[in-house]
Amino acid sequence: MIFDVDMETMPREELEQLQLRRLKSLCERVYENVPFYNKKFKEKGIEPGDIKSLDDITKLPFTEKQDLRNHYPFGLFAVSRDNIVRIHSSSGTTGKATVVGYTKRDIRNWANMMARSFAAAGATADDIIHNAYGYGLFTGGLGVHYGAEALGATIVPVSGGGTRRQVMLLKDFGSTLITSTPSYALFLYETAQELGIDFRTLPLRAGIFGAEPWSNSMRKDIEDKMNIKAMDIYGLSEIMGPGVAIECIEAQNGLHIMEDHFLPEVIDPETGKHVGPGEVGELVITTLTKEGIPLIRYRTKDLTRINYAACRCGRTFARMERVTGRSDDMLIIRGVNVFPSQIESILIETDGLSPYYQLVVEREGNLDILTVKVEMSPGIFSDEIKNLQKLERNIQRNIKEFLGVTAKIKLVEPKSIERSAGKATRIIDLRNQK
Amino acid sequence: MKCDQLSIFLENRAGRLAEVTRLLSESKVNIRALSLADTSDFGILRLIVSDFEKAQKVLKDAGFTVGKTSVVAVVVDDHPGGLHNLLHLLRDSGINVEYMYAFVQQSGSNAVIIFRFDKTEQAIELLTEKKIKMIPGNELSQL
Repeated sequence: MIFDVDMETMPREELEQLQLRRLKSLCERVYENVPFYNKKFKEKGIEPGDIKSLDDITKLPFTEKQDLRNHYPFGLFAVSRDNIVRIHSSSGTTGKATVVGYTKRDIRNWANMMARSFAAAGATADDIIHNAYGYGLFTGGLGVHYGAEALGATIVPVSGGGTRRQVMLLKDFGSTLITSTPSYALFLYETAQELGIDFRTLPLRAGIFGAEPWSNSMRKDIEDKMNIKAMDIYGLSEIMGPGVAIECIEAQNGLHIMEDHFLPEVIDPETGKHVGPGEVGELVITTLTKEGIPLIRYRTKDLTRINYAACRCGRTFARMERVTGRSDDMLIIRGVNVFPSQIESILIETDGLSPYYQLVVEREGNLDILTVKVEMSPGIFSDEIKNLQKLERNIQRNIKEFLGVTAKIKLVEPKSIERSAGKATRIIDLRNQK
Repeated sequence: MKCDQLSIFLENRAGRLAEVTRLLSESKVNIRALSLADTSDFGILRLIVSDFEKAQKVLKDAGFTVGKTSVVAVVVDDHPGGLHNLLHLLRDSGINVEYMYAFVQQSGSNAVIIFRFDKTEQAIELLTEKKIKMIPGNELSQL
């Protein structure tokens, strides 16, 4: 089922006209209302009136996550505070959170996009949706929640945690759809098995999974074990939250971007220029309709490619390929964003520690396990085990405190971390090797 | 009365210990006593060797993290209660043993125990006062 037929199946030519109209209006709004953009436009010597076609978007400046941090908390908002009805924020693990604000219309648009997403996953008003995304500052829980209500379905706002209880609720309520991170879905499955409940006998028939990287083989695993269809969803709080793009159940091949609200581009992360059609690059999104905190050419750092070919589901929205990597070196560990540079500064603050370290991420069962390998150096070496173990515990505590992630610390011999071309390999991500 | 002990950081990987013994063997350094403390991830090899400086250099050059620790070699009567009497004495003086390891001399009826104390100077003073025999570093490496 297509929830918003007029928009989702609009002929591309009309869609582009709509996008251009909205882009022009967006440029005027940010030029007038956001000093940051006013300055950026002037630096580039452009005015809103210079945008005459969609191709002119390349004249506009990029926006980066750091710009949001620099204007923490409300500096990039384009409306007065009394028009903001909700605030969400990224985890802000280093105290440099990115804060986003939504007007009433933003919330309505977002709910509409999530309702479209549910419909794309085959849901209707008759469904019972088990929402195991966390509620709170994180956009997952509430984003899904309002979308399910907009669809008219029955939402079960379980949020995260209490896994055994979740299994019982899934069974007792007879939920037909589930939303969670893919790894949590598998954790639920295993817990159900321990409780002697076979997922295959439950009415559950589809799931919408996102908020962390996952592979196609993990999708197969989930689909086989739980006897459901598993759809990939994409979103980020800076842009909106979940529902920026969604796979359709008909094709399960690429995520339809809500192009009436977002104008996507794919660029070469090094040069900032557009890549050729169908080539992989960094996804850049311009929010065409957002009022609270509209963003021009926001660099998502997510690597993907866009397919404009017609989809058999009938939607005309272009499809982005499942995100498989990042143009920066950010890691997502159990939903928490971790940059190697953050680990590095924690290590550097420990006297005498070698600057050589490596992050190894594995998936044990369905949990992400982060191991931080740190090279031993004369400055920290002790001939007593307890001193070295204390050192490991200190590093572990600092990482937990500053990043909110529990890491296993492993002291290794000097030079044992491979140096490639003079530069150390900081990340070994083994999660998608299956 | 202090002796220089060489400590080496080792990852728990096959062949690492053998690499140390190979380097020492090639440099004609003799191992007098050793102990290996380990955890699941790493180990610390502690050695008393015939030539501390040489051993330290060879291992450092090969990329190992090495440390120098002052330990005390105490001669203990090789009969029941020998060690107990010694530890009893130390306890009464509030000296803590961080770790220890023993070896038996080829000749005679004495065992030698290598001690790492939390208060090395105080321990040496106590043992001297109680007339307990210790082996000086230069002698130990030449045993």
